[in-house]
Amino acid sequence: MSEKPYGLAATFDSAPAIYRAAKRVRDAGYKNWDVFTPFPVHGMDEAMGLSRSRVGAFVLVGGVIGFFTGMLLAWYMGAYDFPLIVSGMPYFSPIFPFPIAYELAILLGAFGAFFGMFITNFLPQHYHPIMNMDGWEQITDDAFALVIETGDPNYDPERTRALLEEIGAVKINEVES
Amino acid sequence: MDLAEQVTIQKPAILDQVRPAEMPRRPLVENDRNLNWMTEKVCGIVEEKTPKWWWYCFGSACFVAMFTVVGLTYLVATGVGVWGLRNPTNWGWAIVNFVFWIGIGHAGTLISAILCLLKQKWRTSINRAAEAMTIFAVVCAGLFPLFHTGRVWFAYWLFPLPSSQGNWPNFRSPLEWDVFAISTYLTVSLLFWYMGMIPDLATIRDRAKSKIRKFAYGILAMGWRGSNRHWSNYEMAYLMLAGLATPLVLSVHTIVSFDFAVANIPGWHSTIFPPYFVAGAIFSGFGMVLTLVLPLRAIYKLHDLITQYHIDCICKITLATGSMVGYAYLIEFFIAWYGANPLEGFAFVNRAFGPYAWAYWIMISCNVIIPQLFWFRKVRENTALVWIVAILVNVGMWFERFVIIVGTLANDFLPSSWDYFSPTVVDIFTFVGTFGVFSALFLLFIRFMPLIALAEVKAVSPRGDPHGSHHQ
Repeated sequence: MSEKPYGLAATFDSAPAIYRAAKRVRDAGYKNWDVFTPFPVHGMDEAMGLSRSRVGAFVLVGGVIGFFTGMLLAWYMGAYDFPLIVSGMPYFSPIFPFPIAYELAILLGAFGAFFGMFITNFLPQHYHPIMNMDGWEQITDDAFALVIETGDPNYDPERTRALLEEIGAVKINEVES
Repeated sequence: MDLAEQVTIQKPAILDQVRPAEMPRRPLVENDRNLNWMTEKVCGIVEEKTPKWWWYCFGSACFVAMFTVVGLTYLVATGVGVWGLRNPTNWGWAIVNFVFWIGIGHAGTLISAILCLLKQKWRTSINRAAEAMTIFAVVCAGLFPLFHTGRVWFAYWLFPLPSSQGNWPNFRSPLEWDVFAISTYLTVSLLFWYMGMIPDLATIRDRAKSKIRKFAYGILAMGWRGSNRHWSNYEMAYLMLAGLATPLVLSVHTIVSFDFAVANIPGWHSTIFPPYFVAGAIFSGFGMVLTLVLPLRAIYKLHDLITQYHIDCICKITLATGSMVGYAYLIEFFIAWYGANPLEGFAFVNRAFGPYAWAYWIMISCNVIIPQLFWFRKVRENTALVWIVAILVNVGMWFERFVIIVGTLANDFLPSSWDYFSPTVVDIFTFVGTFGVFSALFLLFIRFMPLIALAEVKAVSPRGDPHGSHHQ
């Protein structure tokens, strides 16, 4: 195969092993690498040196839009478009439509969280080069893999392989792109 | 000489050997099962050949569900009068059943959202099934108010959609708040349930042998690949959804209680309703969780995943919320007496000793007295007994809504219109049928979807701890 491989994959046999390995790879200064685990490993974000997820911003935007949509809805419909006196109550007040605004804030905030997760993760993506890895099917079962991409500025076929061996990889193989 | 110095001088040699007693937490996955065992166990349920009992159960569930279909068809063809609704009891069983089902849903959200925020790790092995329960319960609940509107083909008028009449829904009405609360609740529960399932659907996808299976689960798994960069966003989104679902679940039953509390009927017009309804909802929901989880655990031999510790925890929450409900019953009586409003006082005396006293005492014994058995460890460890208590909790909570709605409406302000409300055959069949609808949906769920949140259980199991001493 003449094409450059996607990366170098190292397999580990337990959560503590990959947790320690990730710290070493982070300290070695790699940037384009990732860890693949069957479940979210506690503390892995710090071990990889990831910054805080940006999903929260989507939730905030969704929630604020939802709240004001609810208020606007009640004002437009009850006080502007079709003013109707109901038991002598005012056409609009921020009190009575509060449950509506509250529920819409939650609804749109939840959409923000849900779609924010997909947007920040670039999902759905039904094919990815990592799926060419040997034993890929095991990842969602009980295998732990650490992949350093060839596109990483620090990547060097020998040195990277040596690092992966040193940090306790059980198996190392190249992933086709 | 201060105390610390005295201790260092006079310290007997034995103190060096004293170690604080170790109080290990009970492991959430017993018998030191490894990750692969969990995958095999949970995915095996979906992958095995459909068992015979499943077909029997599904067949009977569909048969019972037909009662609802026929009942509702008859109602649409005839009119809501077939439900035995008449002045002054215009809400009857329809709204009783609505509040009953919607309340059941609440435990699912409590387990998945509130217990997530409280970092109760034991929730992981039951949250998936409980969330499914929530969604199916809300589906059953929604049927009743929808058909109670009478002309169900105009039910979209409930939503603020532009129409040729030019008018809009009345946002001052708690019934309109309900529309928003229930539809938001259903939508958010679905999102939460589905998002939680994505990693587990990916597990099933990766194990699939047949092409069709791989394709179907592949589409549902959205190309999930277990990347930690994804887990990071995923966990944040999960936490955010939990943070949103918590105020949501509290608000939904609060708004349901506003349907009553905002009306000026004695016995309804009370500020205690929101917290009282929320506690009752969670109580009934946990009853339903036990009703569903105990048979599943026995059939699929999930004892290492849903351990005695889990059952203990559920029983204790049931006990706590049941006692809160009992407290609310007491306070209602106290306030009725202390408030010195004769109509209010009558409403409560009438509840306990009037024509519906039988329903009231069923409610008290099932909701307040029987759950007290959960104080005893012997009872909590007796699965059959726990299951029976859970069923009685469900019965009791249905009667609570019956007492509140029918018991109050049947004896309103005008004694000349008083009536003894009896349900019709259509009422009974439509309600019984919803258990069929619920069971059929739940059976489909356990057949096709991972019924335990696999990734989450793995993460809290002793082997999933990256700092643990397990392999060292």
